[in-house]
Amino acid sequence: MDDFLVIDHVSKTFGTQRAVDSVSLNVVKGEAFSLLGPSGCGKTTLLRMIAGFERPDSGRILVNGQDITALPPEQRPVNTVFQNYALFPHLSVWENVAFGLRMSRRPREEIRSGVDRMLELVRLSEHARKRPAQLSGGQRQRVAIARALVNRPQVLLLDEPLAALDLKLRQHMLMELNTIHEQVGTTFIYVTHDQGEAMSLSSRIAVMNAGRVEQVDSPAHLYETPRTSFVASFIGDANFFTGTAVEFQHEGYVRVFVDGLGSPLVLSNGTVASNQPLRLMVRPEKISLTLARPSSGERVNAFRGVVEDRAYFGTHTRYRIRAGEHSILAQLQRSRFSGGDIDPARGAEVWMSFHPDEGRVVRLEAAS
Amino acid sequence: MKRSWLPGFITLGVILFLFAPLVVLVVNSFNASRFGGEWEGFTWMWYEKLWAAGEIWESLWITLKIAISASLATMVLGTLAAYALHRFRSGLQNVHHMLITLPLVMPDILMGMSLLALFVLTGVETGLLTIWIAHVTFCLSFVTMVVLGRLQDFDLTLLDAARDLGATQAQAVKKVLLPLLLPGVLAGGLLAFTLSIDDYVITFFVSGPGTTTLPLRVASMMKTSRSLPVINALSTLLIASTFLVAVCSHRLQRRA
Repeated sequence: MDDFLVIDHVSKTFGTQRAVDSVSLNVVKGEAFSLLGPSGCGKTTLLRMIAGFERPDSGRILVNGQDITALPPEQRPVNTVFQNYALFPHLSVWENVAFGLRMSRRPREEIRSGVDRMLELVRLSEHARKRPAQLSGGQRQRVAIARALVNRPQVLLLDEPLAALDLKLRQHMLMELNTIHEQVGTTFIYVTHDQGEAMSLSSRIAVMNAGRVEQVDSPAHLYETPRTSFVASFIGDANFFTGTAVEFQHEGYVRVFVDGLGSPLVLSNGTVASNQPLRLMVRPEKISLTLARPSSGERVNAFRGVVEDRAYFGTHTRYRIRAGEHSILAQLQRSRFSGGDIDPARGAEVWMSFHPDEGRVVRLEAAS
Repeated sequence: MKRSWLPGFITLGVILFLFAPLVVLVVNSFNASRFGGEWEGFTWMWYEKLWAAGEIWESLWITLKIAISASLATMVLGTLAAYALHRFRSGLQNVHHMLITLPLVMPDILMGMSLLALFVLTGVETGLLTIWIAHVTFCLSFVTMVVLGRLQDFDLTLLDAARDLGATQAQAVKKVLLPLLLPGVLAGGLLAFTLSIDDYVITFFVSGPGTTTLPLRVASMMKTSRSLPVINALSTLLIASTFLVAVCSHRLQRRA
């Protein structure tokens, strides 16, 4: 196995609250991996346990085959980029980056070349003598990254690395982080509550909720095939309907009766019992709008509704459409050359349709 | 808006109120008149007498010894107390906080008397040691409060960051916490130094034979009008050095 960072049934309780509940994860060497979830989901506690600031109540953490569960933070082959960067205000940029190498008593020459090389990597060589307070937010973050990476950690932890930056800088640092990851090839673990950040920074994401991991997958898989309703709603927007399975077809297709919509045909990636209440999910941009009933065969799910609201966003337009008791979100991409598209006004009657492959049965709870 | 003369007037009044006595004192130290009632010509005489007054320099030496050693001790103890108060929250710490701020509001005479009672009870002979203990006791609150103020601005994740980069707990404190606290500790130490140097009430109770500090010496000299102008000269020198210390302390706190 090439599992590099192994988290093996790790639990942590604060008082009566289970912050992390028997979490197991495997991260591959050199991977950019994200822990994604809302605040209080346990992702930060898990990060602090990997860094060594918290001791798990049970379970083990291994890096490259070595059990580090009992090691203090200073002895772990792991370095952290803190959320507020935690740069030492009384030291210059250069001394900040040199801190780790000095602590491990490296030879003077090695420290000098190591720090210089790292400052070059993050393009801060000309700021080496400045104090952190004299730098901009983006520069401070690059110092924090250099200060961690100069120690050649086996795993680099990044706690909400972009949260403290404004929107424009965030876009820029996103690209920058990907470039740095490519150049150094170290295993990166991001912790973030921002699904966009997680999706564009990492090759795999663990979505966490209430101390547990709901799903570990690539960004595309999480978006296209979420296994639970939490994952579906946390990553992107989704319409949810509750119904019962009434007919099973080949290759995992299932017909679900939803009160007020009829019986759409959707995909299920798990086994579904008949006559059991279940949830199905459709992404807003997977829904097409037409004035007449679509005629492209019976495998398309179609139902009527009335446009309640319409909002124009430049790249796309969103509609809120009422169908019986359901309020459905649909999103149309705008293109000058696409033709065909309609732009119904408020109060207009439209047909909504989606292909069975775009609808999905999701579980209400994470698998235990 | 119409400019008012009131703020300027008040400022002038306050300055006059605060510094007029000092000006009188400084002027009189150069006054040939023994009683300072009227100007009888410029003289260095009182400074010459002061220079020759061996007992005053002896008292100053005792005072400095106590002030320096007491402020050094309170810098260490106060920093430790502030760290404990900041880092740990418990019922005991609440009591600690209350007790350590108590000397700030407790009348000096009460402290002096209670300390003397303690020394008598335990059979400790009054002298340098007892003065030193008393000064550490009443200066500790001030240093602790100043350092605590610094600590409240201190970002504890900096210690995590140091540990993360390979520093042991002790190294993190030495390389990160202490350098950042140092301006606060020094400012607290300076405060303790100035408090210790001019304390009269508490020292009066706990001093012994042969340990007359400068404030005690000055007070006893006041009883004879002969030495009054010499005290003026001494005070002028003290004002000058206090001013210097105040400027240093201000600089330190501004940098902090």
